[in-house]
Amino acid sequence: MAKVHFTSNLRRHVDCSSLDVQASQLHEALDQAFAKNERLKTYVLDDQGHLRKHMRILIDGQAISDLEKFKDAVKPGSEIWVMQALSGG
Amino acid sequence: MQKKILVSTRKGLFELGKGTKGWAVKHSHFLGDNVTLALHDPRDGTDYAALNHGHFGIKLHRRDKGKKKWVEIASPKYPEKPEGLVDKDGWGKDVKWTNQLIWALETGGPKQKGVIWAGTMPGGLFKSTDRGNSWELMESLWRHPDRNKWLGGGADIPGIHSICVDPRNANTVRVAVSCGGVWRTEDGGKTWAQSAHGMKFDNGPKSEVESPDGQDPHMMVQCASDPAKFWVQHHAGIFKSVDNAKTWTGVKAKPSAFGFGVAVHPKDPDTVWFVPGIKDEKRIPVDGALVVTRTRDGGKTFKSLKKGLPQKNAYDVIFRHALALDDKGKRLAMGSTTGNVWVSENQGDSWDLVTSTLPQVYAVRFA
Repeated sequence: MAKVHFTSNLRRHVDCSSLDVQASQLHEALDQAFAKNERLKTYVLDDQGHLRKHMRILIDGQAISDLEKFKDAVKPGSEIWVMQALSGG
Repeated sequence: MQKKILVSTRKGLFELGKGTKGWAVKHSHFLGDNVTLALHDPRDGTDYAALNHGHFGIKLHRRDKGKKKWVEIASPKYPEKPEGLVDKDGWGKDVKWTNQLIWALETGGPKQKGVIWAGTMPGGLFKSTDRGNSWELMESLWRHPDRNKWLGGGADIPGIHSICVDPRNANTVRVAVSCGGVWRTEDGGKTWAQSAHGMKFDNGPKSEVESPDGQDPHMMVQCASDPAKFWVQHHAGIFKSVDNAKTWTGVKAKPSAFGFGVAVHPKDPDTVWFVPGIKDEKRIPVDGALVVTRTRDGGKTFKSLKKGLPQKNAYDVIFRHALALDDKGKRLAMGSTTGNVWVSENQGDSWDLVTSTLPQVYAVRFA
């Protein structure tokens, strides 16, 4: 079992509590997070299903390398954080 | 009768209303968020607001008539880009098939309840038939081979900012593209044709200057009661058409023919307003004096309207959607990049400052 977390900045727009997932690759974890929340997907991924510009995903503190198909490995007990840089001005 | 003004800004949507002391900000929505455009649908009283969250993408919200609460609805979404497809814009850069800005929002025809059009960057035109619950990309235009000639002007990528649904027949729609000219369909979107012939830039090689596909109309409007007549504020000046936007002729204006916004009187195609600025990379009012120009004779002469507008050290820019005319053709409103909003009750003869403290204004609309 791994765990997916979202930032409070994202929770301002979409209800997205941390959740437990069964996954060996990141895309499986994300699919489970988005399955219950289609709107959340549109905040994290762009129209092509790729990670949005300014978004970042960390698995156990390491930034992922596959920003399009999310094939990065997930282990039991992994902590996955979906984060963002805040663009403003 | 239109009683509200919706002001879309970098930090929220503001609703202006008129009280005994004149116009004032009555309500604010999405405070702190980037609201790029709003639309009021007079057919059913619905309001729409387009947001650009930057990191979280482009979103669309809807407020039903009489309701206080906004609800997030579907945002126009590009289809999956076919694997291996080479898709370049006019600069030769790869086109990213993802919505990067809702740059136009218009209602369909009076009898097409629930039909909404959206123009976006990087150039997709979308149609909804269910009040924005779902959207469909106008594939016929998106897959037109000449779309690859479109390119960004002031922005990095091309976009559709003007949509004119013909009041005579809602299956005839014209859109203006920066930079990609004007496109028209007369069969509800099955086929599209370039419609910017006659527009031209003021310098450069002849093939580029006069090529319709590279034209940069900043804003296009159609006269509601005389719909064969169109006006365009173009990057290189003002153009008008009297033949259903099939051909265009240039119009000279002082103090400048450069600008972004344009408004045409709904009952008089010869009465038109513009907000001039110094062309074209400077984009500030001439001599630091903000004026609105108005023609009443189809562009033969223009009058500079400045009563109530700052005439010293004014560097307000009025973006393309930030000059609005009400449906009676009498009241005007405009908002600026420095957060000023003015209203004129007399076709621009004089202006009242409503507020000078709003965030950067992107769009102003009567509702």
